[in-house]
Amino acid sequence: MKKTLRIRNLIYFFTLFFIALSGFAQMPIFKRYYIADIPGLGWLAQFYVTHYIHYISAVIFIGFATYVMVDFFFVKIKYDKFSFVAYTKIASIIGLIVTGTLMMIKNLSGTPFSAGFIIFLDISHLGLCMILISLTAVDLIKGQIKLFSNEITK
Amino acid sequence: MKKISRREFIKTSFATAGTVVASSGMAKAANAVPRREEPLATLIDISKCIGCEECVFACQESNATKFPKPKKPFPKMVPTSRVPVEDWSEKQDVTDRLTPYNWLYIQHAQVNVDGEEIELTIPRRCMHCENPPCVKLCPWGAAKQEDNGLSRIDSDLCLGGSKCKTVCPWDIPQRQTGTGLYLDLLPSMAGNGVMYKCDRCYDKLENGEKPACIEACPEDVQIIGPRDEILKQAHKIAKEIGGYIYGEHENGGTNTIYVSPVPFDLLNKKIETGVGKPHLFKVKDLMADGTNIAKAMIIAPIAGVLAALGKIHMQSKEKK
Ligand code: SF4
Ligand code: SF4
Ligand code: SF4
Repeated sequence: MKKTLRIRNLIYFFTLFFIALSGFAQMPIFKRYYIADIPGLGWLAQFYVTHYIHYISAVIFIGFATYVMVDFFFVKIKYDKFSFVAYTKIASIIGLIVTGTLMMIKNLSGTPFSAGFIIFLDISHLGLCMILISLTAVDLIKGQIKLFSNEITK
Repeated sequence: MKKISRREFIKTSFATAGTVVASSGMAKAANAVPRREEPLATLIDISKCIGCEECVFACQESNATKFPKPKKPFPKMVPTSRVPVEDWSEKQDVTDRLTPYNWLYIQHAQVNVDGEEIELTIPRRCMHCENPPCVKLCPWGAAKQEDNGLSRIDSDLCLGGSKCKTVCPWDIPQRQTGTGLYLDLLPSMAGNGVMYKCDRCYDKLENGEKPACIEACPEDVQIIGPRDEILKQAHKIAKEIGGYIYGEHENGGTNTIYVSPVPFDLLNKKIETGVGKPHLFKVKDLMADGTNIAKAMIIAPIAGVLAALGKIHMQSKEKK
């Protein structure tokens, strides 16, 4: 069980890392601030490349999230004492998946949504991402998630 | 406070609340303006153009109120080497390229038609792509596409990061520093003005009027209409003159269809291209790969569910 949790955590963090990095790269900031000049990071300034990476990591992330959700419904082991922070994280992940999926639909040919709704999607997607990253960072600092160890402390 | 159009309102409420409006009175009201709902395209018959620039001046005059009014001095932006000041406010009369104050210009090409050396003139502006990367990839929703197929950049929302220009296959949008929303946010840290381009006179179209450049042309070089009719017309002309078409398949299809008596790869060699001067290359559909990944997305939740059920099945077997 501990091993599965550790693997889960690693997949979660690496996907989240790439999804967030390629997500921030949707804004024209990495070239401006020389980050794309760092050898090996030039792709961060290529909007089509980061667009594909964001989509592909989203495919992995959604697959993973559905796995965890289904698993959660059937195997109720020690999951019952979720803190407020944990619920906030779950809510923001669900929100990110919903807004992200709607944005993928928006990017298909055609105009399914109004301009105002698209702005709402853009801003809420970014806002939810900031909430999730901040809470995860706090957990990492507090040592409640140990990325490379076998334990998950409560 | 900007007025939200009825159509926009219906779409927002439809998308957010998931309300079925098809049979309601609101949907009927929206259908009352059918012309605005279907993609309109323009046909530009290059062989008719005499290069008089009437369209260029009409565009400038008609859109003058939309042009930038930058505040000077410009805020200091960091890092200066990466955030160039782009100021066209002192060069508003430039008409030989695209600028924030010139959304349409005429390209010239010396070509041989039927053994005769002639000069062709080509009005150039935003192509109004069917699936416009400038709109779809704008991180703020500042660039928008309307149901009638035009795309435009909202100068009240644009931060001038120029992503739309980078992702546009023709590098169409042009930046003016010192204007727009970024001045009210973090002017030195993010943004650099507002991007400007042809908005296909969206306000005129809303009032049932033709775009200014079409109206002003003494040679009726351009026509506007439903895309399928425009395409039919373009193919008819091309057949009659043994000509060529550009824009039908470019970047997956655009709402600007050019007809030329000479091949476009030849025209592309003869025109001056560069910054603010778009090419006439063949362009592949830049949004296609993203669209394919998006469609493949459907397998992700299915795979997740199957994997979890598989695991649970295995575990229950082990318990037995
Ligand atoms: S007004 Fe008509 S003829 Fe004159 S340059 Fe423009 S498109 Fe060509
Ligand atoms: S030509 Fe460029 S600016 Fe115009 S709609 Fe297409 S991508 Fe956008
Ligand atoms: S459609 Fe309107 S904005 Fe576009 S080039 Fe013509 S006059 Fe200018």
